[in-house]
Amino acid sequence: MAVQVELLKSIAYFSGLPLTELALLKNFIFVKTADKGGIVLFEGEPAEVLYFVVSGVVKVFKTSADGKEQTLYFIRPDESFNDVSVLVSGRNMASAGALVPAVLYGIRKDDLEAVIRDYPQVARNVIRVLSQKVERLVSLVEDLSFRHVAGRVAKILLEYTGDGVGQKPRLTQQEMAAIAGTAREMIGRALKVMEEEGTVRLERQRIVIMDKEALKEMAGVAT
Amino acid sequence: MVEMPLIDREKCNGCGLCIRVCYCQALVLVDNVVTVIETEECGWCTQCEAVCPTNAISCPFEIVIEEE
Ligand code: SF4
Ligand code: SF4
Repeated sequence: MAVQVELLKSIAYFSGLPLTELALLKNFIFVKTADKGGIVLFEGEPAEVLYFVVSGVVKVFKTSADGKEQTLYFIRPDESFNDVSVLVSGRNMASAGALVPAVLYGIRKDDLEAVIRDYPQVARNVIRVLSQKVERLVSLVEDLSFRHVAGRVAKILLEYTGDGVGQKPRLTQQEMAAIAGTAREMIGRALKVMEEEGTVRLERQRIVIMDKEALKEMAGVAT
Repeated sequence: MVEMPLIDREKCNGCGLCIRVCYCQALVLVDNVVTVIETEECGWCTQCEAVCPTNAISCPFEIVIEEE
């Protein structure tokens, strides 16, 4: 399978480049195919290649010490992966595997660096692509930390449940934040989401647990 | 008697932020320290606690299980 200039055009790294330049760039790029489930990158190995998905979908994931897989994102046609690892860290920050049979275009680290040096337009494109990746990461971090906080709040609520005659201390959101080790804003958000989900009901001076099981499940997330 | 948010008069610096955020005029400055006026209107929104820079206000919650 040969690299097609036409397909390069729609990849963000190469946008705005004339066909003549794309035809030259083509020489730096190679084709790689992956079967369904095939692993393309292993986390922790030297980052040698940046990939673009031409067809199919690639899953970028990390594996925790206990072997659990955490999907970071799905990479769809025209998108790239392993950018940050290749450009900055030197090691693959995550693994990548094909969710469905996939065709990828790859460019080796040295070639990529040469292309960025020789084509200012590519350098500008890289900045844009990386900025978008940062945005995605920030929202991912928000999501993860929110789930974590929600789990802790659930735990606190279970721990401080009283029978209404005051043998357990009352808690302010400020205090919950201190116990959970987070910002007060996060507590408010967590309680609101719990209320929307029908897990708790916020009353004047009271947090009423409506679904203890759901709360327990949430609390399990935090451990 | 309506229970109201608790004020630690020692901590209050009189900045007035809580007054601005409160929707029910439950809070007023007297001699540069916040004083709470009892009112049914206070819905325990906890905004006053949230904005206070000195942690002078607390809106504590009791946590209970829904009775069947
Ligand atoms: S809890 Fe809300 S309504 Fe009540 S005093 Fe504070 S800001 Fe005002
Ligand atoms: S926000 Fe806090 S410090 Fe400022 S006036 Fe209100 S209670 Fe006092």
